Amino acid sequence: MQCQECGKRPATLHYTKIINGEKMEFHLCEVCAKEKGEQMAGMEAGFSIHNLLSGLLNLDGQFAEGQPARSASSSEGLRCKTCGLTYSQFSKIGRFGCSDCYKAFAERLDPLFRRVHGHTTHRGKVPERTGGKLRIRREIERLKQELSARIQKEEFEEAARLRDRIRELQAKLDS
Amino acid sequence: MSLQRFTQDALSEWMRGKGPRSDIVISSRVRLARNLSGLPFPMLATSSQSSDIVRRVEEALRSDNRPAALDKAELIRMDDLSDLEKRVLVEKHLISPHLAEESRHGAVVLSPNEAVSIMINEEDHIRIQCLFPGLQPQEAWKLADELDDWFERRLTYAFSETTGYLTSCPTNVGTGIRASVMVHLPALAMTQQINRLFPAITQVGLAVRGIYGEGSEALGNLYQVSNQVTLGQREEDIIEKLTGVVRQMIQHEHSARSRLREISLTKLEDRVHRSYGILSHARVLSSKEAMERLSDVRLGIDMGLISGVSANVMNELMVLTQPGFLQTRAKQRLDAEERDIRRAGMIREYLSMKREGQ
Repeated sequence: MQCQECGKRPATLHYTKIINGEKMEFHLCEVCAKEKGEQMAGMEAGFSIHNLLSGLLNLDGQFAEGQPARSASSSEGLRCKTCGLTYSQFSKIGRFGCSDCYKAFAERLDPLFRRVHGHTTHRGKVPERTGGKLRIRREIERLKQELSARIQKEEFEEAARLRDRIRELQAKLDS
Repeated sequence: MSLQRFTQDALSEWMRGKGPRSDIVISSRVRLARNLSGLPFPMLATSSQSSDIVRRVEEALRSDNRPAALDKAELIRMDDLSDLEKRVLVEKHLISPHLAEESRHGAVVLSPNEAVSIMINEEDHIRIQCLFPGLQPQEAWKLADELDDWFERRLTYAFSETTGYLTSCPTNVGTGIRASVMVHLPALAMTQQINRLFPAITQVGLAVRGIYGEGSEALGNLYQVSNQVTLGQREEDIIEKLTGVVRQMIQHEHSARSRLREISLTKLEDRVHRSYGILSHARVLSSKEAMERLSDVRLGIDMGLISGVSANVMNELMVLTQPGFLQTRAKQRLDAEERDIRRAGMIREYLSMKREGQ
């Protein structure tokens, strides 16, 4: 069954509500349910890291108020083509729907990353098998640093070895 | 079943309390969040996509030359467990409440000594967790790193050159690492220095929170220190910073203990022995009181004021007296009042066992 709200994602939350004595059935996906503020049984209500995050995200909205309406509406229109999540849904839930959301919302993410992490670029581990060129580039950077340290210490033999290694890696990168 | 047998079966390695600096540090944990490329994150994954993820991990585990840490590891599906069994895994810190209660096709890969638990379909597709006793975040990271490499040879991760490992929540993106250390700081709490220590810790990008407590309250003076920043720093630097800060906390705790000994030894002795007396004889104990008394007794043991009881009394009992464990041992559902009675009974029996036996 599809979600009756967005009509795109599978409905995972099914419930009945009685409003003014009238029975109503709801079939929602998790995204739309969260947006409507429906809580799943056993789910913690109230304050969570995601509420806090979405608070941070919504700051954008407040700042955007003073700006031309165009910029606000263009960000609302951001939508991940792969999973269908919109930027405004993301800013309410504080979670991405899939890895392509990072590309789809890229223009809005750097300020968020800076607020949460103080940085915008990954400097840590790179996957061994699929990290390919990035791994090589990181290795070259590391070797270059070592190279200049060796030169300063006048350890020219070791420096020459490093220089050759860097050339080798550079050739690999360019091929 | 005798309590001895029950605890042997029930306890994980980290609770036995044998690790560096284990007088103050209970455990060290490293968690890596990973997602498979080309599939939506668990929040949006369809049922068949979610079960596909479990299948892929299962397949990877079936391949040859598993790392030693995963030797005889088992994949357990949440759907195959009773609520009580899930609860016990949560109380042992092996799975999160989220995986137990809300996941679709949630599963966990557990190593026999329970040092490794890999959650599948939690907030991210895969969460590799390594849990070590005492202060060993470096060791936990090394193992998590090795397991991560092993999985990456068999599964393709969602990874971006600029943003790193892509996670469901932006607070985990980049390295996907959460390293945390659980510390027991009774003297800093008693001398009210703890609140002065915390702002300094938050300033360097780490977070402190109480565990087993509501909100910021720390039951049993147990605190968890962990990194907040996951993007823009290398894993090694994150681990090093955490270790450095925890070492300083240990030092502060030690000097607070010496000071307590100097200025109010009798009062301190009175307090820890009172708590010991209550734990040895009480007939009804709430979990809050039990944790507080256990913290006192543990401090008394560490400072040489109480003898004849092993120091891991707190590590073990704080887990054994949780609701899930009490009900598992009783083999029946218990309401809060019955649990308080069983808890007191379990603690009495445990302490007399420790006095006689070891």
